Amino acid sequence: MRLAKSETELKGIANRLRHHVIEMTSEAGSGHPGGSLSSADLMAVLYFRVMNHRPSDPSWDGRDRFILSKGHVAPILYASLAESGYFPVGELITLRKMNSRLQGHPVRGKLPGVEMSTGSLGQGLSMACGFAMAAKMDGKKHRVYCLVGDGELQSGMNWEAAMFASQYKLNNLVAFVDRNRLQISGCTEDVMGLEPLQRKWEAFGWRAITVDGHNIANLIEACTWAKRARTRPTVIIMNTVKGKGVSFMENNVAFHGKSCNADEKVCAENELEEAMRSCR
Amino acid sequence: MSQMLAQRDYFGKALRDLAKREDIVVLDADLAGSTKTSEFKKVCPERFVEIGIAEQNMIGISSGLAAEGKTVFATTFGVFATGRCWEQVRLCVAYPELNVKIVATHCGISVGEDGATHQALEDISLMRTMPNMTVISPADAYETYAATIAIADHEGPVYMRMGRSPVPTVSEEGEKFIMGQAKVLREGKDVTLFGTGQMVFNCIEAAEELEKEGVSAEVVNVSTIKPLDRDTVLASVSKTGCAVTAEEHSIIGGLGSAISELLSEELPSPVFRIGTGDIFGESGSPAELFVKYGLTSGDIGKAARKAMKKR
Repeated sequence: MRLAKSETELKGIANRLRHHVIEMTSEAGSGHPGGSLSSADLMAVLYFRVMNHRPSDPSWDGRDRFILSKGHVAPILYASLAESGYFPVGELITLRKMNSRLQGHPVRGKLPGVEMSTGSLGQGLSMACGFAMAAKMDGKKHRVYCLVGDGELQSGMNWEAAMFASQYKLNNLVAFVDRNRLQISGCTEDVMGLEPLQRKWEAFGWRAITVDGHNIANLIEACTWAKRARTRPTVIIMNTVKGKGVSFMENNVAFHGKSCNADEKVCAENELEEAMRSCR
Repeated sequence: MSQMLAQRDYFGKALRDLAKREDIVVLDADLAGSTKTSEFKKVCPERFVEIGIAEQNMIGISSGLAAEGKTVFATTFGVFATGRCWEQVRLCVAYPELNVKIVATHCGISVGEDGATHQALEDISLMRTMPNMTVISPADAYETYAATIAIADHEGPVYMRMGRSPVPTVSEEGEKFIMGQAKVLREGKDVTLFGTGQMVFNCIEAAEELEKEGVSAEVVNVSTIKPLDRDTVLASVSKTGCAVTAEEHSIIGGLGSAISELLSEELPSPVFRIGTGDIFGESGSPAELFVKYGLTSGDIGKAARKAMKKR
Protein backbone atom coordinates (compact mmCIF):
# COMPACT_ATOMS: atom_id res chain seq x y z
CA MET A 1 0.00 0.00 0.00
CA ARG A 2 1.36 3.42 -0.96
CA LEU A 3 1.68 5.53 2.15
CA ALA A 4 -0.04 8.89 2.12
CA LYS A 5 2.64 11.48 2.61
CA SER A 6 1.24 14.24 4.72
CA GLU A 7 -1.39 14.93 7.31
CA THR A 8 -3.01 17.33 4.86
CA GLU A 9 -3.23 14.59 2.28
CA LEU A 10 -4.82 12.23 4.84
CA LYS A 11 -7.31 14.93 5.80
CA GLY A 12 -8.19 15.21 2.12
CA ILE A 13 -8.67 11.45 1.86
CA ALA A 14 -10.90 11.47 4.96
CA ASN A 15 -13.13 14.07 3.34
CA ARG A 16 -13.21 12.11 0.09
CA LEU A 17 -14.36 9.08 2.10
CA ARG A 18 -17.05 11.27 3.71
CA HIS A 19 -18.13 12.41 0.27
CA HIS A 20 -18.58 8.77 -0.77
CA VAL A 21 -20.60 8.09 2.38
CA ILE A 22 -23.03 10.92 1.60
CA GLU A 23 -23.38 9.82 -2.01
CA MET A 24 -23.79 6.11 -1.19
CA THR A 25 -26.31 6.52 1.59
CA SER A 26 -28.32 9.12 -0.33
CA GLU A 27 -28.41 6.86 -3.36
CA ALA A 28 -29.50 3.97 -1.14
CA GLY A 29 -32.09 6.11 0.65
CA SER A 30 -30.97 4.62 3.96
CA GLY A 31 -27.90 3.68 5.95
CA HIS A 32 -25.91 5.20 8.79
CA PRO A 33 -24.04 8.35 7.76
CA GLY A 34 -23.56 9.91 11.23
CA GLY A 35 -21.17 7.33 12.69
CA SER A 36 -19.54 6.85 9.30
CA LEU A 37 -18.53 10.50 9.25
CA SER A 38 -17.25 10.47 12.83
CA SER A 39 -14.86 7.63 12.08
CA ALA A 40 -13.66 8.87 8.67
CA ASP A 41 -10.39 10.39 9.91
CA LEU A 42 -9.39 7.17 11.66
CA MET A 43 -10.23 5.11 8.58
CA ALA A 44 -8.06 7.35 6.39
CA VAL A 45 -5.19 7.03 8.87
CA LEU A 46 -5.54 3.24 9.10
CA TYR A 47 -6.00 2.38 5.43
CA PHE A 48 -3.61 4.98 4.01
CA ARG A 49 -0.91 5.19 6.64
CA VAL A 50 -0.89 2.75 9.56
CA MET A 51 -2.00 -0.66 8.36
CA ASN A 52 0.13 -3.08 6.36
CA HIS A 53 -2.11 -4.39 3.64
CA ARG A 54 -2.18 -5.23 -0.05
CA PRO A 55 -5.45 -4.38 -1.77
CA SER A 56 -4.37 -6.43 -4.80
CA ASP A 57 -3.89 -9.45 -2.54
CA PRO A 58 -6.63 -9.26 0.13
CA SER A 59 -5.74 -12.61 1.69
CA TRP A 60 -2.01 -11.82 2.02
CA ASP A 61 -1.06 -13.57 5.24
CA GLY A 62 1.06 -10.73 6.60
CA ARG A 63 -1.71 -8.13 6.46
CA ASP A 64 -2.95 -6.32 9.51
CA ARG A 65 -6.55 -7.29 10.25
CA PHE A 66 -9.35 -4.78 10.65
CA ILE A 67 -12.64 -5.71 12.33
CA LEU A 68 -15.50 -3.24 12.19
CA SER A 69 -17.48 -4.01 15.33
CA LYS A 70 -19.86 -1.12 14.69
CA GLY A 71 -20.92 -2.78 11.46
CA HIS A 72 -23.67 -0.26 10.73
CA VAL A 73 -21.00 2.18 9.55
CA ALA A 74 -20.33 -0.16 6.64
CA PRO A 75 -20.38 2.81 4.22
CA ILE A 76 -17.13 4.21 5.62
CA LEU A 77 -15.50 0.77 5.48
CA TYR A 78 -16.62 0.24 1.89
CA ALA A 79 -15.42 3.71 0.89
CA SER A 80 -12.02 3.04 2.51
CA LEU A 81 -11.68 -0.33 0.77
CA ALA A 82 -12.68 1.05 -2.63
CA GLU A 83 -10.37 4.07 -2.35
CA SER A 84 -7.52 1.74 -1.32
CA GLY A 85 -8.12 -0.34 -4.43
CA TYR A 86 -9.90 -3.47 -3.20
CA PHE A 87 -12.74 -2.99 -5.68
CA PRO A 88 -13.87 -0.27 -8.10
CA VAL A 89 -15.05 3.00 -6.58
CA GLY A 90 -17.95 2.91 -9.03
CA GLU A 91 -19.41 -0.04 -7.17
CA LEU A 92 -19.98 2.05 -4.04
CA ILE A 93 -23.35 3.32 -5.25
CA THR A 94 -24.73 -0.23 -5.26
CA LEU A 95 -24.84 -0.05 -1.44
CA ARG A 96 -27.93 -1.79 0.02
CA LYS A 97 -29.31 -2.70 -3.42
CA MET A 98 -30.43 -6.14 -4.59
CA ASN A 99 -27.54 -8.41 -5.61
CA SER A 100 -24.91 -5.95 -4.38
CA ARG A 101 -21.76 -7.12 -2.62
CA LEU A 102 -22.18 -4.02 -0.47
CA GLN A 103 -24.74 -5.36 1.98
CA GLY A 104 -26.32 -3.08 4.57
CA HIS A 105 -23.84 -4.50 7.08
CA PRO A 106 -20.48 -6.09 6.13
CA VAL A 107 -20.34 -9.76 5.16
CA ARG A 108 -17.20 -11.85 5.27
CA GLY A 109 -16.41 -13.50 1.96
CA LYS A 110 -18.67 -11.25 -0.05
CA LEU A 111 -16.34 -8.34 -0.64
CA PRO A 112 -12.52 -8.35 -0.69
CA GLY A 113 -11.04 -6.76 2.42
CA VAL A 114 -13.95 -7.53 4.74
CA GLU A 115 -12.49 -9.78 7.43
CA MET A 116 -15.66 -10.58 9.32
CA SER A 117 -19.42 -10.28 9.22
CA THR A 118 -20.62 -7.70 11.73
CA GLY A 119 -23.60 -5.52 12.36
CA SER A 120 -25.21 -6.97 15.43
CA LEU A 121 -23.49 -4.77 17.98
CA GLY A 122 -21.17 -5.75 20.77
CA GLN A 123 -19.50 -8.75 19.16
CA GLY A 124 -16.55 -7.45 17.11
CA LEU A 125 -14.09 -7.17 19.96
CA SER A 126 -14.51 -10.87 20.79
CA MET A 127 -13.92 -11.73 17.15
CA ALA A 128 -10.83 -9.51 17.12
CA CYS A 129 -9.56 -11.36 20.22
CA GLY A 130 -9.85 -14.60 18.25
CA PHE A 131 -7.84 -13.14 15.37
CA ALA A 132 -5.20 -11.82 17.78
CA MET A 133 -5.04 -15.12 19.67
CA ALA A 134 -4.51 -17.03 16.41
CA ALA A 135 -1.63 -14.71 15.50
CA LYS A 136 -0.04 -15.35 18.89
CA MET A 137 -0.43 -19.13 18.52
CA ASP A 138 1.19 -19.04 15.10
CA GLY A 139 3.94 -16.58 16.03
CA LYS A 140 2.77 -14.06 13.43
CA LYS A 141 3.64 -10.41 13.73
CA HIS A 142 0.67 -8.62 12.22
CA ARG A 143 -1.71 -6.51 14.29
CA VAL A 144 -5.46 -6.68 14.77
CA TYR A 145 -7.37 -3.40 14.75
CA CYS A 146 -10.96 -3.19 15.92
CA LEU A 147 -13.27 -0.19 15.72
CA VAL A 148 -16.05 -0.19 18.31
CA GLY A 149 -18.80 2.34 18.78
CA ASP A 150 -19.27 3.99 22.15
CA GLY A 151 -22.94 3.02 22.40
CA GLU A 152 -22.19 -0.65 21.87
CA LEU A 153 -19.92 -0.63 24.91
CA GLN A 154 -23.14 -0.87 26.89
CA SER A 155 -23.14 -4.51 25.82
CA GLY A 156 -21.49 -6.85 28.33
CA MET A 157 -19.79 -9.05 25.77
CA ASN A 158 -17.27 -6.26 25.10
CA TRP A 159 -16.13 -6.44 28.68
CA GLU A 160 -15.83 -10.23 28.54
CA ALA A 161 -13.55 -9.67 25.55
CA ALA A 162 -11.66 -6.93 27.40
CA MET A 163 -10.91 -9.35 30.26
CA PHE A 164 -9.81 -12.02 27.81
CA ALA A 165 -7.44 -9.73 25.87
CA SER A 166 -5.81 -8.65 29.07
CA GLN A 167 -5.57 -12.17 30.53
CA TYR A 168 -3.87 -13.46 27.38
CA LYS A 169 -1.64 -10.38 26.99
CA LEU A 170 -2.83 -9.60 23.49
CA ASN A 171 -0.43 -6.74 22.81
CA ASN A 172 -1.12 -7.22 19.08
CA LEU A 173 -4.70 -6.02 19.56
CA VAL A 174 -5.67 -2.36 19.23
CA ALA A 175 -9.23 -1.18 19.84
CA PHE A 176 -10.53 2.24 18.82
CA VAL A 177 -13.62 3.66 20.46
CA ASP A 178 -15.54 6.13 18.31
CA ARG A 179 -16.61 8.32 21.24
CA ASN A 180 -19.15 10.53 19.49
CA ARG A 181 -21.44 10.42 22.53
CA LEU A 182 -24.58 9.82 20.52
CA GLN A 183 -26.58 6.67 19.98
CA ILE A 184 -29.93 6.21 18.30
CA SER A 185 -32.02 7.29 21.30
CA GLY A 186 -29.82 10.24 22.27
CA CYS A 187 -26.74 10.99 24.36
CA THR A 188 -24.90 7.90 25.60
CA GLU A 189 -24.68 9.35 29.09
CA ASP A 190 -28.47 9.72 29.24
CA VAL A 191 -29.25 6.33 27.70
CA MET A 192 -26.73 4.35 29.77
CA GLY A 193 -23.67 6.21 30.94
CA LEU A 194 -20.20 4.97 30.02
CA GLU A 195 -18.01 7.33 31.99
CA PRO A 196 -15.40 7.16 33.35
CA LEU A 197 -14.59 5.31 30.15
CA GLN A 198 -10.80 5.43 30.06
CA ARG A 199 -10.60 4.31 33.68
CA LYS A 200 -12.89 1.37 32.91
CA TRP A 201 -10.51 0.13 30.23
CA GLU A 202 -7.53 0.67 32.50
CA ALA A 203 -9.25 -1.29 35.24
CA PHE A 204 -9.66 -4.14 32.76
CA GLY A 205 -5.90 -4.18 32.23
CA TRP A 206 -5.62 -2.23 28.98
CA ARG A 207 -3.26 0.57 28.00
CA ALA A 208 -5.66 3.42 27.32
CA ILE A 209 -5.34 6.85 25.80
CA THR A 210 -7.91 9.47 24.81
CA VAL A 211 -7.28 11.54 21.70
CA ASP A 212 -9.00 13.99 19.38
CA GLY A 213 -10.42 11.63 16.77
CA HIS A 214 -10.38 14.31 14.11
CA ASN A 215 -6.76 15.27 14.56
CA ILE A 216 -4.71 13.28 12.07
CA ALA A 217 -1.41 13.85 13.87
CA ASN A 218 -2.92 12.70 17.18
CA LEU A 219 -4.31 9.56 15.60
CA ILE A 220 -0.99 8.66 13.95
CA GLU A 221 0.85 9.28 17.20
CA ALA A 222 -1.60 7.10 19.13
CA CYS A 223 -1.18 4.26 16.63
CA THR A 224 2.60 4.51 16.99
CA TRP A 225 2.17 4.35 20.76
CA ALA A 226 -0.06 1.27 20.32
CA LYS A 227 2.77 -0.51 18.51
CA ARG A 228 4.93 -0.19 21.58
CA ALA A 229 2.60 -2.41 23.64
CA ARG A 230 4.59 -5.21 25.28
CA THR A 231 2.21 -7.16 27.46
CA ARG A 232 -1.14 -5.42 27.25
CA PRO A 233 -3.77 -4.65 24.62
CA THR A 234 -4.26 -1.00 23.70
CA VAL A 235 -7.42 1.07 23.43
CA ILE A 236 -7.52 4.47 21.76
CA ILE A 237 -10.61 6.42 22.79
CA MET A 238 -11.29 8.95 20.08
CA ASN A 239 -13.36 11.96 21.03
CA THR A 240 -15.32 12.58 17.86
CA VAL A 241 -18.30 14.47 16.52
CA LYS A 242 -21.11 12.45 15.02
CA GLY A 243 -21.72 13.67 11.46
CA LYS A 244 -18.30 15.39 11.40
CA GLY A 245 -17.59 17.41 8.28
CA VAL A 246 -21.15 18.38 7.34
CA SER A 247 -22.40 21.33 9.38
CA PHE A 248 -26.06 20.36 9.67
CA MET A 249 -25.25 16.73 10.47
CA GLU A 250 -22.76 17.44 13.23
CA ASN A 251 -23.97 16.32 16.66
CA ASN A 252 -27.36 15.69 15.09
CA VAL A 253 -28.65 12.31 16.20
CA ALA A 254 -31.30 12.39 13.46
CA PHE A 255 -28.58 11.36 11.02
CA HIS A 256 -27.60 8.24 12.98
CA GLY A 257 -29.63 6.03 10.70
CA LYS A 258 -31.07 8.35 8.08
CA SER A 259 -29.57 9.47 4.78
CA CYS A 260 -29.66 12.96 3.27
CA ASN A 261 -32.54 13.97 1.02
CA ALA A 262 -31.75 15.53 -2.37
CA ASP A 263 -31.30 19.08 -1.09
CA GLU A 264 -29.30 18.03 1.95
CA LYS A 265 -27.10 15.90 -0.28
CA VAL A 266 -26.16 18.90 -2.42
CA CYS A 267 -25.34 21.00 0.64
CA ALA A 268 -23.31 18.21 2.23
CA GLU A 269 -21.35 17.51 -0.91
CA ASN A 270 -20.62 21.21 -1.41
CA GLU A 271 -19.23 21.48 2.10
CA LEU A 272 -17.07 18.40 1.68
CA GLU A 273 -15.80 19.48 -1.73
CA GLU A 274 -14.83 22.81 -0.22
CA ALA A 275 -12.99 20.98 2.57
CA MET A 276 -11.23 18.75 0.05
CA ARG A 277 -10.06 21.78 -1.94
CA SER A 278 -8.55 23.27 1.19
CA CYS A 279 -6.54 20.07 1.70
CA ARG A 280 -4.79 20.34 -1.65
CA MET B 1 -23.43 -56.77 24.43
CA SER B 2 -24.49 -53.31 25.35
CA GLN B 3 -22.31 -51.41 27.79
CA MET B 4 -23.03 -48.31 29.84
CA LEU B 5 -20.60 -45.60 28.74
CA ALA B 6 -20.72 -41.80 28.96
CA GLN B 7 -20.63 -40.01 25.63
CA ARG B 8 -18.61 -37.14 27.04
CA ASP B 9 -15.81 -39.51 28.05
CA TYR B 10 -15.51 -40.59 24.43
CA PHE B 11 -15.72 -37.00 23.23
CA GLY B 12 -12.72 -36.31 25.49
CA LYS B 13 -10.87 -39.33 24.11
CA ALA B 14 -11.52 -38.22 20.55
CA LEU B 15 -10.25 -34.72 21.26
CA ARG B 16 -7.12 -36.18 22.82
CA ASP B 17 -6.57 -38.24 19.67
CA LEU B 18 -7.15 -35.16 17.51
CA ALA B 19 -4.56 -33.14 19.40
CA LYS B 20 -1.84 -34.15 16.96
CA ARG B 21 -3.61 -32.05 14.34
CA GLU B 22 -2.12 -28.61 14.70
CA ASP B 23 -5.19 -26.78 13.43
CA ILE B 24 -7.34 -28.02 16.31
CA VAL B 25 -8.07 -25.51 19.07
CA VAL B 26 -10.36 -26.28 22.01
CA LEU B 27 -12.21 -23.54 23.87
CA ASP B 28 -13.64 -24.06 27.32
CA ALA B 29 -15.96 -21.94 29.45
CA ASP B 30 -14.93 -23.21 32.89
CA LEU B 31 -16.41 -26.67 32.41
CA ALA B 32 -13.45 -28.71 31.16
CA GLY B 33 -13.88 -31.31 33.89
CA SER B 34 -17.53 -31.82 32.96
CA THR B 35 -17.27 -31.66 29.17
CA LYS B 36 -14.07 -33.74 29.29
CA THR B 37 -12.10 -31.24 27.22
CA SER B 38 -9.69 -31.61 30.14
CA GLU B 39 -8.43 -34.67 28.22
CA PHE B 40 -7.29 -32.39 25.39
CA LYS B 41 -5.74 -29.95 27.83
CA LYS B 42 -3.61 -32.73 29.32
CA VAL B 43 -1.92 -33.47 26.03
CA CYS B 44 -2.11 -30.08 24.35
CA PRO B 45 -2.28 -27.18 26.81
CA GLU B 46 -0.98 -24.72 24.20
CA ARG B 47 -4.07 -25.12 22.03
CA PHE B 48 -6.54 -25.30 24.90
CA VAL B 49 -7.98 -21.88 25.64
CA GLU B 50 -9.82 -21.16 28.88
CA ILE B 51 -12.41 -18.42 28.34
CA GLY B 52 -14.00 -18.38 31.77
CA ILE B 53 -17.73 -18.16 32.36
CA ALA B 54 -18.29 -16.05 29.25
CA GLU B 55 -19.89 -18.23 26.59
CA GLN B 56 -20.83 -15.39 24.25
CA ASN B 57 -17.23 -14.23 24.22
CA MET B 58 -16.19 -17.83 23.56
CA ILE B 59 -18.27 -17.92 20.39
CA GLY B 60 -16.87 -14.57 19.23
CA ILE B 61 -13.33 -15.77 19.83
CA SER B 62 -14.05 -19.03 18.03
CA SER B 63 -14.94 -17.08 14.90
CA GLY B 64 -11.68 -15.11 14.82
CA LEU B 65 -9.65 -18.27 15.34
CA ALA B 66 -11.57 -20.11 12.63
CA ALA B 67 -11.16 -17.20 10.22
CA GLU B 68 -7.41 -17.67 10.67
CA GLY B 69 -7.60 -21.33 9.68
CA LYS B 70 -8.12 -23.06 13.01
CA THR B 71 -10.59 -25.89 13.47
CA VAL B 72 -12.25 -24.76 16.66
CA PHE B 73 -14.17 -26.82 19.22
CA ALA B 74 -16.22 -24.47 21.41
CA THR B 75 -17.56 -26.46 24.32
CA THR B 76 -19.97 -26.02 27.19
CA PHE B 77 -23.39 -27.27 28.36
CA GLY B 78 -26.24 -27.38 25.86
CA VAL B 79 -28.33 -24.68 27.52
CA PHE B 80 -25.50 -22.16 27.31
CA ALA B 81 -24.09 -23.19 23.93
CA THR B 82 -27.38 -22.78 22.12
CA GLY B 83 -29.53 -20.58 24.32
CA ARG B 84 -27.27 -17.99 25.86
CA CYS B 85 -25.19 -17.70 22.69
CA TRP B 86 -27.79 -18.16 19.99
CA GLU B 87 -27.29 -14.83 18.31
CA GLN B 88 -23.52 -14.98 18.69
CA VAL B 89 -23.57 -18.36 16.96
CA ARG B 90 -25.73 -16.84 14.24
CA LEU B 91 -23.52 -13.81 13.53
CA CYS B 92 -20.06 -15.14 14.34
CA VAL B 93 -20.27 -18.73 13.12
CA ALA B 94 -23.26 -19.62 10.95
CA TYR B 95 -23.56 -16.48 8.81
CA PRO B 96 -19.85 -16.34 7.86
CA GLU B 97 -19.87 -20.17 7.62
CA LEU B 98 -16.80 -20.64 9.77
CA ASN B 99 -15.17 -23.86 10.81
CA VAL B 100 -16.42 -23.98 14.39
CA LYS B 101 -17.73 -27.10 16.11
CA ILE B 102 -20.04 -26.21 18.95
CA VAL B 103 -20.12 -29.28 21.12
CA ALA B 104 -22.49 -29.42 24.06
CA THR B 105 -22.71 -31.92 26.86
CA HIS B 106 -25.48 -32.10 29.50
CA CYS B 107 -28.29 -32.08 26.97
CA GLY B 108 -31.65 -33.61 27.64
CA ILE B 109 -33.63 -34.35 30.77
CA SER B 110 -31.17 -37.06 31.85
CA VAL B 111 -29.04 -34.25 33.31
CA GLY B 112 -31.29 -35.17 36.22
CA GLU B 113 -30.83 -33.67 39.65
CA ASP B 114 -29.58 -30.22 38.52
CA GLY B 115 -33.08 -29.56 37.26
CA ALA B 116 -34.64 -27.49 34.51
CA THR B 117 -32.05 -24.70 34.36
CA HIS B 118 -29.45 -27.18 33.15
CA GLN B 119 -31.58 -29.53 31.04
CA ALA B 120 -31.32 -28.49 27.39
CA LEU B 121 -34.62 -29.49 25.77
CA GLU B 122 -34.72 -26.83 23.07
CA ASP B 123 -31.17 -26.95 21.67
CA ILE B 124 -31.84 -29.06 18.57
CA SER B 125 -34.68 -26.77 17.63
CA LEU B 126 -32.58 -23.64 18.17
CA MET B 127 -29.68 -24.89 16.07
CA ARG B 128 -31.74 -26.57 13.38
CA THR B 129 -33.42 -23.34 12.37
CA MET B 130 -30.10 -21.65 11.70
CA PRO B 131 -28.86 -21.57 8.08
CA ASN B 132 -25.48 -23.24 7.38
CA MET B 133 -25.66 -25.26 10.61
CA THR B 134 -25.27 -29.03 10.73
CA VAL B 135 -26.88 -30.71 13.77
CA ILE B 136 -25.60 -34.00 15.15
CA SER B 137 -26.83 -36.08 18.07
CA PRO B 138 -24.88 -39.34 18.44
CA ALA B 139 -26.60 -42.33 19.99
CA ASP B 140 -23.87 -43.63 22.27
CA ALA B 141 -20.26 -43.28 23.36
CA TYR B 142 -18.72 -45.08 20.37
CA GLU B 143 -20.70 -43.05 17.90
CA THR B 144 -19.74 -39.89 19.78
CA TYR B 145 -16.07 -40.76 19.32
CA ALA B 146 -16.50 -41.41 15.61
CA ALA B 147 -18.67 -38.32 15.11
CA THR B 148 -16.10 -36.11 16.82
CA ILE B 149 -13.44 -37.29 14.36
CA ALA B 150 -15.87 -36.84 11.46
CA ILE B 151 -16.88 -33.28 12.33
CA ALA B 152 -13.23 -32.31 12.73
CA ASP B 153 -12.73 -33.42 9.12
CA HIS B 154 -15.78 -31.51 7.92
CA GLU B 155 -15.34 -27.88 6.88
CA GLY B 156 -18.09 -25.67 8.30
CA PRO B 157 -20.28 -24.99 11.33
CA VAL B 158 -21.53 -27.97 13.32
CA TYR B 159 -23.56 -28.33 16.48
CA MET B 160 -23.18 -31.65 18.29
CA ARG B 161 -25.08 -32.57 21.44
CA MET B 162 -24.77 -35.32 24.02
CA GLY B 163 -25.98 -36.11 27.51
CA ARG B 164 -24.27 -36.25 30.87
CA SER B 165 -24.94 -39.77 32.14
CA PRO B 166 -23.62 -43.11 30.91
CA VAL B 167 -25.87 -44.53 28.18
CA PRO B 168 -26.13 -48.04 26.70
CA THR B 169 -24.09 -48.63 23.56
CA VAL B 170 -25.98 -49.42 20.38
CA SER B 171 -23.03 -49.36 17.97
CA GLU B 172 -19.68 -51.08 17.72
CA GLU B 173 -16.39 -49.50 18.68
CA GLY B 174 -14.59 -48.41 15.52
CA GLU B 175 -17.74 -48.13 13.42
CA LYS B 176 -17.38 -45.34 10.88
CA PHE B 177 -19.56 -42.27 11.23
CA ILE B 178 -20.85 -40.72 8.04
CA MET B 179 -22.37 -37.27 8.47
CA GLY B 180 -25.81 -36.98 6.97
CA GLN B 181 -26.47 -40.71 7.02
CA ALA B 182 -29.18 -42.32 9.14
CA LYS B 183 -28.67 -45.99 9.97
CA VAL B 184 -31.29 -48.71 9.95
CA LEU B 185 -30.39 -50.72 13.05
CA ARG B 186 -33.24 -53.19 12.86
CA GLU B 187 -35.51 -53.93 9.95
CA GLY B 188 -39.27 -54.11 10.26
CA LYS B 189 -42.43 -53.65 8.23
CA ASP B 190 -45.22 -52.34 10.49
CA VAL B 191 -43.88 -49.09 11.93
CA THR B 192 -40.63 -47.10 11.87
CA LEU B 193 -39.10 -45.90 15.14
CA PHE B 194 -36.80 -42.95 14.43
CA GLY B 195 -34.56 -42.26 17.41
CA THR B 196 -31.74 -39.88 18.17
CA GLY B 197 -29.25 -39.74 21.05
CA GLN B 198 -29.79 -42.20 23.86
CA MET B 199 -33.42 -42.63 22.77
CA VAL B 200 -32.14 -44.94 20.04
CA PHE B 201 -31.59 -47.56 22.72
CA ASN B 202 -35.15 -47.07 24.00
CA CYS B 203 -36.38 -47.54 20.43
CA ILE B 204 -34.52 -50.85 20.19
CA GLU B 205 -36.06 -51.97 23.49
CA ALA B 206 -39.48 -50.88 22.29
CA ALA B 207 -39.01 -52.84 19.06
CA GLU B 208 -38.13 -55.94 21.06
CA GLU B 209 -41.24 -55.54 23.22
CA LEU B 210 -43.40 -54.95 20.14
CA GLU B 211 -42.01 -58.05 18.50
CA LYS B 212 -43.39 -60.15 21.37
CA GLU B 213 -46.80 -58.74 20.50
CA GLY B 214 -46.35 -59.60 16.86
CA VAL B 215 -45.48 -56.09 15.64
CA SER B 216 -42.48 -55.73 13.36
CA ALA B 217 -40.81 -52.37 14.07
CA GLU B 218 -37.96 -50.86 12.08
CA VAL B 219 -35.44 -48.86 14.12
CA VAL B 220 -33.49 -46.01 12.54
CA ASN B 221 -30.73 -44.08 14.28
CA VAL B 222 -30.97 -40.50 13.06
CA SER B 223 -27.71 -39.14 14.42
CA THR B 224 -27.52 -36.35 11.86
CA ILE B 225 -30.69 -34.35 12.35
CA LYS B 226 -29.69 -31.69 9.85
CA PRO B 227 -29.22 -32.26 6.99
CA LEU B 228 -31.80 -35.01 7.36
CA ASP B 229 -31.17 -38.25 5.46
CA ARG B 230 -34.29 -37.94 3.32
CA ASP B 231 -33.72 -41.10 1.35
CA THR B 232 -33.44 -43.37 4.37
CA VAL B 233 -36.45 -41.78 6.09
CA LEU B 234 -38.66 -41.97 3.00
CA ALA B 235 -37.58 -45.51 2.12
CA SER B 236 -38.41 -46.75 5.59
CA VAL B 237 -41.82 -45.05 5.87
CA SER B 238 -42.71 -46.12 2.31
CA LYS B 239 -42.41 -49.63 3.65
CA THR B 240 -44.02 -49.24 7.09
CA GLY B 241 -46.54 -46.47 6.42
CA CYS B 242 -46.24 -44.84 9.86
CA ALA B 243 -43.63 -43.62 12.30
CA VAL B 244 -42.70 -42.70 15.85
CA THR B 245 -39.92 -40.24 16.60
CA ALA B 246 -38.04 -40.35 19.89
CA GLU B 247 -35.72 -37.72 21.29
CA GLU B 248 -34.60 -36.49 24.67
CA HIS B 249 -35.75 -33.01 23.67
CA SER B 250 -38.94 -31.04 23.26
CA ILE B 251 -41.34 -32.39 20.67
CA ILE B 252 -41.37 -28.85 19.28
CA GLY B 253 -38.68 -28.21 16.70
CA GLY B 254 -36.47 -31.25 17.10
CA LEU B 255 -36.21 -34.62 15.37
CA GLY B 256 -39.98 -35.12 15.48
CA SER B 257 -40.55 -31.86 13.69
CA ALA B 258 -37.84 -32.57 11.11
CA ILE B 259 -39.33 -35.97 10.23
CA SER B 260 -42.89 -34.61 10.22
CA GLU B 261 -41.93 -31.74 7.92
CA LEU B 262 -40.37 -34.10 5.42
CA LEU B 263 -43.17 -36.65 5.51
CA SER B 264 -45.96 -34.08 5.29
CA GLU B 265 -44.55 -32.85 1.99
CA GLU B 266 -43.24 -36.05 0.45
CA LEU B 267 -45.15 -38.94 1.97
CA PRO B 268 -48.03 -37.95 4.29
CA SER B 269 -48.12 -40.60 7.03
CA PRO B 270 -49.11 -40.75 10.70
CA VAL B 271 -46.22 -39.66 12.95
CA PHE B 272 -46.27 -39.70 16.74
CA ARG B 273 -43.59 -37.74 18.54
CA ILE B 274 -41.99 -38.92 21.76
CA GLY B 275 -40.13 -36.23 23.65
CA THR B 276 -40.83 -33.71 26.35
CA GLY B 277 -43.95 -31.62 25.87
CA ASP B 278 -44.32 -27.87 25.98
CA ILE B 279 -42.91 -27.88 29.49
CA PHE B 280 -39.68 -27.44 31.47
CA GLY B 281 -38.00 -30.33 33.27
CA GLU B 282 -37.27 -30.65 36.99
CA SER B 283 -34.92 -32.35 39.46
CA GLY B 284 -34.97 -36.11 39.82
CA SER B 285 -33.06 -39.18 38.79
CA PRO B 286 -32.84 -39.72 35.03
CA ALA B 287 -34.89 -42.92 35.32
CA GLU B 288 -37.68 -41.23 37.29
CA LEU B 289 -37.71 -38.31 34.87
CA PHE B 290 -37.92 -40.62 31.85
CA VAL B 291 -41.06 -42.17 33.34
CA LYS B 292 -42.68 -38.88 34.31
CA TYR B 293 -41.95 -37.20 30.97
CA GLY B 294 -42.96 -40.18 28.84
CA LEU B 295 -39.62 -41.18 27.33
CA THR B 296 -39.51 -44.90 28.14
CA SER B 297 -39.58 -47.80 25.71
CA GLY B 298 -43.14 -48.45 26.89
CA ASP B 299 -44.15 -44.95 25.82
CA ILE B 300 -42.57 -45.53 22.42
CA GLY B 301 -44.40 -48.83 22.05
CA LYS B 302 -47.76 -47.21 22.88
CA ALA B 303 -47.09 -44.47 20.34
CA ALA B 304 -46.23 -47.12 17.73
CA ARG B 305 -49.60 -48.81 18.23
CA LYS B 306 -51.39 -45.46 17.90
CA ALA B 307 -49.49 -44.66 14.71
CA MET B 308 -50.37 -48.04 13.22
CA LYS B 309 -54.06 -47.49 13.99
CA LYS B 310 -54.03 -44.14 12.18
CA ARG B 311 -52.37 -45.61 9.11
